[in-house]
Amino acid sequence: MPNHRQKILEQIMIYTVLILISIFMILPFIWMLSTSFKLPEDIFGYPPKLIPQSPTFSNYLYIFQEKNTVRILLNTIIIALSTTLLSLFFTTLGGYGFAKFEFPAKKSLFAILLATMIIPAAVMMVPSFVIMRKLGWVDTFLPLIIPGAANAFGIFFFRQYISTINDELMDAARIDGASEFKIFWSIILPIIAPGMTSMGLIFFMRSWNDYLGPLIYLKSPKNLTITLAINSLSGGAGLTAWGEQMALSVISLLPLLIIFLIFQRQFVEGITAGAVKG
Amino acid sequence: MAQAHTPILPDGTRSPSLWQHIKKARWAYTFISPFYILFAIFGLYPMALSLYLSFTRWKGVGPMEFSGAANFALILKDKVFWQSMSNGVILFFLYVPIMLFLALALAVILNSGIVKGFRFFRTLIFLPFITNMVAAGFAFRILLEKQNGLLNVLLKYTGISPIPWLEDVWWARISLSLLIIWAWLGYNMVLMLAGLQTISRDLTEAATIDGASPIQAFFHVTVPLMRPVILFCTITSMIGSFGLFTEVSTLTRGGPANATITPLIRIYGIAFGSYQFGYASAVAYTFFALIFILTVIQFRLNRDQD
Repeated sequence: MPNHRQKILEQIMIYTVLILISIFMILPFIWMLSTSFKLPEDIFGYPPKLIPQSPTFSNYLYIFQEKNTVRILLNTIIIALSTTLLSLFFTTLGGYGFAKFEFPAKKSLFAILLATMIIPAAVMMVPSFVIMRKLGWVDTFLPLIIPGAANAFGIFFFRQYISTINDELMDAARIDGASEFKIFWSIILPIIAPGMTSMGLIFFMRSWNDYLGPLIYLKSPKNLTITLAINSLSGGAGLTAWGEQMALSVISLLPLLIIFLIFQRQFVEGITAGAVKG
Repeated sequence: MAQAHTPILPDGTRSPSLWQHIKKARWAYTFISPFYILFAIFGLYPMALSLYLSFTRWKGVGPMEFSGAANFALILKDKVFWQSMSNGVILFFLYVPIMLFLALALAVILNSGIVKGFRFFRTLIFLPFITNMVAAGFAFRILLEKQNGLLNVLLKYTGISPIPWLEDVWWARISLSLLIIWAWLGYNMVLMLAGLQTISRDLTEAATIDGASPIQAFFHVTVPLMRPVILFCTITSMIGSFGLFTEVSTLTRGGPANATITPLIRIYGIAFGSYQFGYASAVAYTFFALIFILTVIQFRLNRDQD
């Protein structure tokens, strides 16, 4: 049956493409891992080896013993966690306000909120720095946590999410005399927990992977974040500590990798909700 | 008794429903206020300040010197800035068509159910998206090293002479495009997958039953139906290609000969490299205006096709 043969040929082609793309996707990770266990002289040795000739832990020892990587990780975790929790609080609150209340100027206020999303980072870079300096926030974690705490992206997401909730529960609680904040805290939040997981993961990832923000605001070595630390291991031509840098890169990926593999479905939901439904 | 509970409004009328309305609104305004307070302090005020700064000469300290439109006149002669803008356009055409085509094709393949291991491939292709671009940029540099880098060695085995991945103007742009496709393919694919799930599979099936090949069905049925998602991906990619920062600063450092410098890198350099805060503000606003115009043009072009 020629039709059957054509089907098999089609399948082979599709799998070839998928496997080639998969190799392209996985190769940088594998090479990162491999390089992190190599001695300096082996990194650009010929021929390049996937499994290091003489595997070494020295790169990992170096970044933990000489480079204060524990402190760096702690900084990054503090920034990412406080950003995530604060952003979740303010964006769910804002989303609830827009989803479940009618009030004067609601439409124009929401339009303003959406319009702020098109402002590029480039425009904010200089004046934000000037203001943070005035506030005395330069070289603290605050510029990385506070300004985006009530971001439009999250409020938009939670408005969509909360508007699907039935009003009856809230009305019943109101009749029982619950305050509006209590209704938000003990009725709305438990219902939207899955959405909070999705958005929380995105907030955490963005903060963890941010480079430009820390680059502008964090100055002293004790305040380094993980992305700044990876960059700090690179020098001019021939001066980059590739092995140490890749070891630190592996460390920087592990937390997100574990979180992602556990919460993959929620992650993908958070990414697509804003773009496709909106 | 009921009368006593009804508050008296300023104009003397009694209107319980309006009072309820205002009471409710008070809560709603409280709930949404954090955004507007933070935006006023960290958005609106800085933007106004930046607009003022763009008409001054200011080194970040000392007095601001009003200089009229001098900064904007300077921009016209700023070759590096205009090169960064044209780099943005070049990069856009280098990676966006390939990336979006691949993303849509992969999404269609994975969505069709003819492939086993949907979750495995989706996870793998999406993985770079959660990776920080500092780690990724340096990993790519190792792979693309001219002497004994893995890619050039593999090419050598097939008889191709080493490629100056990061040393040549066009190869550097291609290398940067590779990194961006690697990083963003999964994201775009996931968006396309979500989009595909909103269009009925019956339509493409009907087309194939009517004698269209899968490839014809792809271009004549799937692509037109996916237009809104493709437009969204195109616009975010366009804004993204002008706003590249980390990828460039780790992989190519803007070089060689400014071939991969982007507007954001240029503005950062003016602001924090040479501390010309006034000029940097003027460049940032010019950049914003140009991006805005490009976005509007893209929306118009898309609407005209309907």
